[in-house]
Amino acid sequence: MSSLIHLTPRRDNNLDRSRGGPNGRAARKSSIDLTAIRERLESGKGPEFWKSLEELADTEEFRKFVEDEFPDRTPDWNEPAQRRTFLKVMGASLALAGVTACTKQPAENIVPYVRQPEELVLGKPLFYATARPISGGAVGVLAESHEGRPTKLEGNPEHPSSLGAIDMHTQAETLNLYDPDRSQSVLRNGNISNWMNFMAALLTVRAEHAARQGAGLRLLTPPVNSPTLAAQIQDFLRAMPQAKWHQWEPAMRIPGYNPQYHFENAEVVVSLDSDFLAHGPGWLSYARAFAAKRRVLVGQTPIEQKRALQQGPHEIRPEGQANFNYARESVPAKDTTNRLYQIEGTPSVTANMADHRIRIRTSEVPAFAAQLAAAVGAQASGVSAPGNLPERAARALPAIAKDLQAHRGTSLVIAGEFQPAAVHALAHAMNTALGNVGKTVTYLAPVDASPVDNLASLRQLVSDIDAGQVDALIMIDVNPVYDAPAELNFESALKKVRFRAHLGEFQNETSVLCHWHIPMAHFLETWSDVRAHDGTVSIIQPLIMPLYGGISPHQLLAVLNTGADQTPHDIVKRYWASRSPEGDFDVFWQRALHDGVVPNTASAAAGAPAFEATAVPAPPPPGQLELVFRPDPAVGYGRYSNNSWMQELPKPQTKMTWDNAVWISPATAQRLGLHTEDVVEIDHNGRKVAGPVWILPGHADDSVTVHFGYGRQHVGRVANGVGFNAYLLRTSDSPWIATSGVSIRKISGTYTLATTQDTQTMEERNPFRILDYPDYKDSHKVQQEDEVRPEQTLFPEWSYSGYKWGMIVDLNACVGCHACVTACQAENNVPVVGKDQVHRRRAMHWLRIDRYYRGSLEDPELYFQPVFCMQCETAPCELVCPVGATVHSGDGLNQMVYNRCVGTRYCSNNCPYKVRRFNFYLYSDWYTPSLYGLRNPDVTVRSRGVMEKCTYCIQRIWAAKIESEKEDRRIVDGEIKMACEQACPTDALIFGDINDPNSRVAKMKAQPRNYSLLEDLNTRPRTTYLARVRNRNPELERV
Amino acid sequence: MAEEKHSKTLTELTPLPPTIDPGPEEVLGPGHNYDTVTAKISNIVFLPLKRTPWQLAAVFVGAFALVNMFMVAVAWLFIQGVGVWGINIPVAWGFAIVNFVWWIGIGHAGTLISAILLLLKQDWRTSINRFAEAMTLFAVAQAGMFPILHLGRPWLAYWLLPYPASMWVWPQPRSPLVWDVFAVSTYATVSLLFWYTGLIPDLASMRDRAIKPWAQKIYAILSFGWRNSARHWQRYQMAYLCLGGLATPLVLSVHTTVSFDFAVSMLPGWHTTIFPPYFVAGAIYSGFAMVLTLIIPFRKWFHMEDLVTMRHIEACAKLMLGTGLIVAYGYSMEAFISYYSGNTYERFMYLNRMFGPYAITYWLLLTCNIFLPQLLWIRSIRLNVTAVWILSLVVQTGMWLERFVIVITSLHRDFLPSSWGMYYPTKWDIMTLLGTIGFFLLLMVLFIRTLPAISIFEEREEVHRKVAHAH
Repeated sequence: MSSLIHLTPRRDNNLDRSRGGPNGRAARKSSIDLTAIRERLESGKGPEFWKSLEELADTEEFRKFVEDEFPDRTPDWNEPAQRRTFLKVMGASLALAGVTACTKQPAENIVPYVRQPEELVLGKPLFYATARPISGGAVGVLAESHEGRPTKLEGNPEHPSSLGAIDMHTQAETLNLYDPDRSQSVLRNGNISNWMNFMAALLTVRAEHAARQGAGLRLLTPPVNSPTLAAQIQDFLRAMPQAKWHQWEPAMRIPGYNPQYHFENAEVVVSLDSDFLAHGPGWLSYARAFAAKRRVLVGQTPIEQKRALQQGPHEIRPEGQANFNYARESVPAKDTTNRLYQIEGTPSVTANMADHRIRIRTSEVPAFAAQLAAAVGAQASGVSAPGNLPERAARALPAIAKDLQAHRGTSLVIAGEFQPAAVHALAHAMNTALGNVGKTVTYLAPVDASPVDNLASLRQLVSDIDAGQVDALIMIDVNPVYDAPAELNFESALKKVRFRAHLGEFQNETSVLCHWHIPMAHFLETWSDVRAHDGTVSIIQPLIMPLYGGISPHQLLAVLNTGADQTPHDIVKRYWASRSPEGDFDVFWQRALHDGVVPNTASAAAGAPAFEATAVPAPPPPGQLELVFRPDPAVGYGRYSNNSWMQELPKPQTKMTWDNAVWISPATAQRLGLHTEDVVEIDHNGRKVAGPVWILPGHADDSVTVHFGYGRQHVGRVANGVGFNAYLLRTSDSPWIATSGVSIRKISGTYTLATTQDTQTMEERNPFRILDYPDYKDSHKVQQEDEVRPEQTLFPEWSYSGYKWGMIVDLNACVGCHACVTACQAENNVPVVGKDQVHRRRAMHWLRIDRYYRGSLEDPELYFQPVFCMQCETAPCELVCPVGATVHSGDGLNQMVYNRCVGTRYCSNNCPYKVRRFNFYLYSDWYTPSLYGLRNPDVTVRSRGVMEKCTYCIQRIWAAKIESEKEDRRIVDGEIKMACEQACPTDALIFGDINDPNSRVAKMKAQPRNYSLLEDLNTRPRTTYLARVRNRNPELERV
Repeated sequence: MAEEKHSKTLTELTPLPPTIDPGPEEVLGPGHNYDTVTAKISNIVFLPLKRTPWQLAAVFVGAFALVNMFMVAVAWLFIQGVGVWGINIPVAWGFAIVNFVWWIGIGHAGTLISAILLLLKQDWRTSINRFAEAMTLFAVAQAGMFPILHLGRPWLAYWLLPYPASMWVWPQPRSPLVWDVFAVSTYATVSLLFWYTGLIPDLASMRDRAIKPWAQKIYAILSFGWRNSARHWQRYQMAYLCLGGLATPLVLSVHTTVSFDFAVSMLPGWHTTIFPPYFVAGAIYSGFAMVLTLIIPFRKWFHMEDLVTMRHIEACAKLMLGTGLIVAYGYSMEAFISYYSGNTYERFMYLNRMFGPYAITYWLLLTCNIFLPQLLWIRSIRLNVTAVWILSLVVQTGMWLERFVIVITSLHRDFLPSSWGMYYPTKWDIMTLLGTIGFFLLLMVLFIRTLPAISIFEEREEVHRKVAHAH
C-alpha cells in the first residue's frame, strides 16, 4: 500500500492562511510507482531476495528508482576531526561542485504530471496535520508541503499543546529532516550494509533469545508516549518475558507525574525555578493562557477607537473608503492582570515576565519552598529542606505568602522541572492548602506508557551488563554514551555487549560503538502516533518518503515481534483499527488525520501525586559553589546540536550563539577574578571540563550554570567539537544541582564567544517602555520620550485608500521565547552564517529579539523586545538607495527588490533600527542538494552582495490578495498571518489592516499603551509596540 | 616665442643652469631665459633611464610592489565578496568610503590651483599647477575605484548611471550616491580636459625637442598639430580661461556633494548642515598637503629649486594653515551644536567620539589637523622645507582620520543600543588602502618621467614677465 496516498490534507487551511485550499487528495503518480517498486523489493525475503533484486533491477522502473532516489551514497560519511565553520563547509561544497562539473552529468528529464492529482495546484502549498513528538508530549503541527516536500511547520490550532503556536525546536525540525549529515545508510561495523542484512542479523538474535524467553535481550528507548509503539513493546515483552525494556532520556522527568496548570484561573503565580513559559511539554498552551490573563485592555467604543487612531501622530485618516464597513464592535475593557513571582538562581526566559524575581541559589529553592509552605500553612510530610535564605529573599517571603493567601483558589505554585521531587511535593502541598488543586492545577494520568525512573532504569542496565547478563542491546533513538551520567561509564559497559544495534537519525557517539547502526526515519517521513501533554493522541503522518531510507521504530519492533517487515503505516493503522470507537473506521481515520488530533483521547484525571518522602541536600555554605545543569536553550539536550538554525539562534539570556558557556554572576566573577571569555576548568569531584566564562547579570552568586547539548564528537559537521560537554560533570547523585565538591579554576587563555547583542542597557533611550500597573490604571498612558510633533511637509500625504498593513507587538505578552525568530528563518529562507560571521556582527536574522537589562548589575530586570523592519511610512532607507532597490508599496510596505540591489549598504546606514541584513558573502547554501528541498519557493534565495530584510512576509500577503481578488472581496482580518505571528504562543504579534478599524491590529493600535520605537525621528513606523505593564506587589516595593 | 628645431645630442642636455632658490619672494630663479626653462623642464623627461634619480626609482619600485598587492586584494575581494573587509551591521561602510572621501579631498588642490588661482591671477600657481592637476587626476582615479569596489555586486555598478535600460528603470535621483556619480565623473572629466588642454603647447615643445623618432611621433599625435601660431594662442587662451571658469564651481560642488552622502542621512554625526563647507575646506586642506608632500622631494631630486621656489612652498603652507583653521572651526561647531541641540543621540554621539572606544582616533585627528599645523604660523617653520614636508604628511594623516571618525564612530553606536557594534579593519582593508597609495605614486612617477611636470610655456611667460619687469 502506498503510504502517501493516505495523507489527508487540511481542507480548512485557509482558516489559518489563505494559501489555496484545494479539495480532494494529494498524491503523485510517481510516488505510487515508487511504492509499487518498494513493495516488490520488500516482499522478498532471505537469500532469494538477491535473485529477485537482480530481476527487479532489470526493469526500467527499478533502474530509474535507483538512479533518482539514491544518488551517489557517500560510502563513509566521516566526521571531520576538528571543528569546521559553516563557511569552510561551504567552501568544500563549492570545490566539490567544481569536481562534479568535470564528469558528464546524466541526462535528466523533467516530466510533468500526466494526470495531476486532484488537490495539487502547482505553486500552491498543501497543509497536512501531523505532530512532533517531544519528551512527555507532542506539538501538533500543520506541515506546509510544496509539491511533495515539507518546507515549514506551523502550529495546529486544534492540538492542545500547540493551539496554533509552535516552538523554535519544532520549527527547526524541517532543517533536521533535510540535514545532509543525517545518517544515510545502514552500517555494520562502520561499513555500508542494508536493512535486509540487518533484519537477517536481528532475526538470528531474536531466534537465539526466543529460546531463552528473551533473557539477555534488552531494549533501550526514551520514555514512550506513542500508544502504538508502547503496545508493540508490550507485545515484545509478552513474547519474551525475560527480556527487559530500559528507558533513558537526559531530561529525567519525575515518573508518573503529570500536572496541568490552568493559568486562565491564576491571578498570582509563584514559580519555584520553573521556566514554564519556555520549557516543558505544554509550555505553548501555558504561555498562551498566561499572556491572555496578563493582557490589559482599555475598553473603547468604535468612536473612541477611531478618534484614538486619528489622533496618533503617525496615523493618517483613511480616505476613499466609502464601501468600508466601519467598526461596530467595541473593545471590551480588561483591566485585571496577573502577578508572577519568579524564584530562581539561573535566569530563565520566564523571568522576563516576572513582576518580582527573587534571586537565590538554585539549591536554596527547596528551602524557600519549605519556608513558603510553612508561611501559607501547608504541610508536606517527610520533606526536609534545610538551609537559610538570603536576607532579601527572607524579607520578601512573607509578602509573597500573604499575596498567595489573599488569592485562595486563584493562585498557583509551580515547581521547576529541574527541582527535586521535594519541591514538587511542597508545591503540591501549597496548592492544596490554598485550594488551588482542581482550579489552577490538576493532575492527569501520565502521558508516557510505562513511566519509570530513567536513572534507575539506566543504572540497572549498566549493572546488568557488568554482571554479564546482557547479550544483545537494541537502542532506539537514544545516545547514552553522550548523555548518560558520567560515573555510569556507559561507554565501557556498552562495549561488553555482544550484539549492539542502534536506531537513530544521526550517527552519534553511541552508534559508532555499535555493531549495527540503522538510520531512523524522521517524524515527517513516517507514520506514528503520539500523546500530547494532556494525553490527546495525534496520528503522525508522513509528508515525504524517507529521504535516506530511514526505518521507523515501529518497523524495528515489528521485526522483533513478528519476524516480518511491516510498513509503519500498516502497524499504526492496525493498532487504531482495533481501538477506534464504534462506526466506520475510515471516517475515524480520515478525521483523525485531517484534524491532527484523535478526539476524546485525553488522559484521565489522576489523583494527587504521591512523592517519595525525600530529603534535599543542604545548599553549600556561602563562598562555596553550586553547579547547576540545564539543557541548552537552543540545542536542548543535544537533539539540535547539528541544527545550524538552533546553533545560530541567540540564546535568550545571553544572545550568544554557537557555544555554551559557564554562567556566573558578576559578584562571583569578581571574587574569582574572572572575565567573560576567560577559560575555566570546572571540577566536580574530580571530573573536569574546561569552558569559557559568561558573566550573566541576574545569576545567583556562588553558583555556576552549565548547559548540555554541546561538546559533540560524532554527529555532524555543524556540531562536532563545538562547545564543551557538560554531561561529563553530571553524576546520578546530582542530576541537576551539584552542591558539593565543585570548584572552578582559571586556566590559561581566552575563548571568543559570538553574540548578536553587545550592549545590554537601554542607555537612556527607553526603547522598551514599562508602566506600573497602578499608574496604568490611573492614566493608561505610556510616557512619551519627547514631545513629537507631526512632520511638516509641503507635499500632500499619501492616502492609503486600499489596505494599510501594520503590526503591533504587545510587550506585555511577549515572553521572549524566540519561536518567531526561527519561524521567520524557516519561512524566509534566512541563511545561517557561522560563528565567525556572527562574531563580526553579520548575523542574518530578519527578526531579532533585543534583550535589555534595567536596574542593578547584580539583580536587574530582564526585558525582551522583538525588533524587525518597522515598515516606516517615511522610510529613511528608501530615500538613499541609488538604484531604487527598496521602495514603498501602495499599501505601505517598505519593499526590498533583491535583484535590483547593487549592495551600497547605504540603506542600512540610514536605518535607525538597524534591521537590514547584508549578504557580505554568499551566505545561502547554493550547493548542498539536500537543502534545496527545505527552501520556501515563494521567497527568493538571496545571493552575495544583496541587502535583505523583513517585508512582512509579503509572499503571504500576496497569496491572500490574489485569492481575495479572485473572489472579489476584501481580505478578512486574520486571513493573513505573518510567520512570526503564527508561531507566537502568546499572540504578542498581530498583523492586519490598519485601515480597517475593526481589525485586531487597529484596535490594539488605538490602545493608549501604543508607542512607536524612536518616534521622535518621524519615521512613522507601521510596527508599533504596546508598553509592558508591571504588576508589582506594593508591599514588596517597600521591602 | 618661436621655437627652432633643436638637434642636440644627449650630452648637450647637461649641464643645466645652476639651481638657485631665489627665496620666498620670487617665483623664478635668476639666470633663466626661454631656452633654459624649456630645456630644464623637458630634460626631466629626456633624461636617460639610467640617470633617473635613484630616489625616484626607489619610489617606482615600492609603488609597483604596492600595486601588485592591490591587485591581489582586489582579486580576493571580487572572488569572496565585501565580507573580506571588516564592515558589518551597524558599520556597513568602512575603509572603502573613508578612502574614497580622502582621495577625493586630495584631488581638490589641482582644480583650485588651476582654476581659481588662474582666475585670481596668482603668479605662484605657474610652477605647480601642472603637477597639482596631475595629482588631482590620479587621486580622483583612486577615489573613483572605491565606490565600485565597495558595492556588494560591483559588476552592476553601471546601474547607477542613467542609461536607457530596456526595463525603463532609472537611478533613484533622491539618493546622494547618484549625485556623487555625476559630481565625481564631471569633476574627473573637467579635470582631465583642463589638464590636457594645458599640456598641448608643451606637448608640441616636447615633440620638437624629442630625439627619438617614436617619441617625436607620440608627442606629435598628442599635441594635436599645435603649430604655435598666434591664432592658436589666441583661441587657446580663451579656451583655457573658459575651462578655468567651468572648473571653478566644481571645486565647491564635488566635495559638497560628497558631504551630502553623510549630511542627507539621519544618522547622528552625519546629519549636519555644516558638512558642505567644512568638507570643502578639509578637501583643499588635504589637497595642498599632498601637493607639498609630492613637490618637495620632486624639486630636490630634480634640482628644481629655481622653478619651484620657497615662495611656492610658503604659499601652499599658508593656504594649508588657512583651510586648517576653517576645518578647526567646523569641528568646534560640530561639537557645540551637538551639545546645544539638546538631542540625546547627538550629545551621546559626540561624547562617544571623544571618550568612546574610538577616542584615540578623535584625539589623534585633532592633534594632526588642528594642533600641530599651528606651527605654520611661524615663518621659519614655513620656510623650513623638511618641517613643511613632515607637517604635510601629518595633515594628510589627520584628514584620513577625520573621515574615519565621521564614518565609523557615527555608525557604530547610533540609535538603538541593541544594535551597537565595533568595526575592526581586516588586512584586506589595509592592503587596499596601501595599494591605492602605491597606484597613485606609480602614476605620479610615470607622469614625471613622460610629461613635462611643470608647465613649460607658462614658465616662459614667467621669464617674459620677469624680463618685462626688469625693464
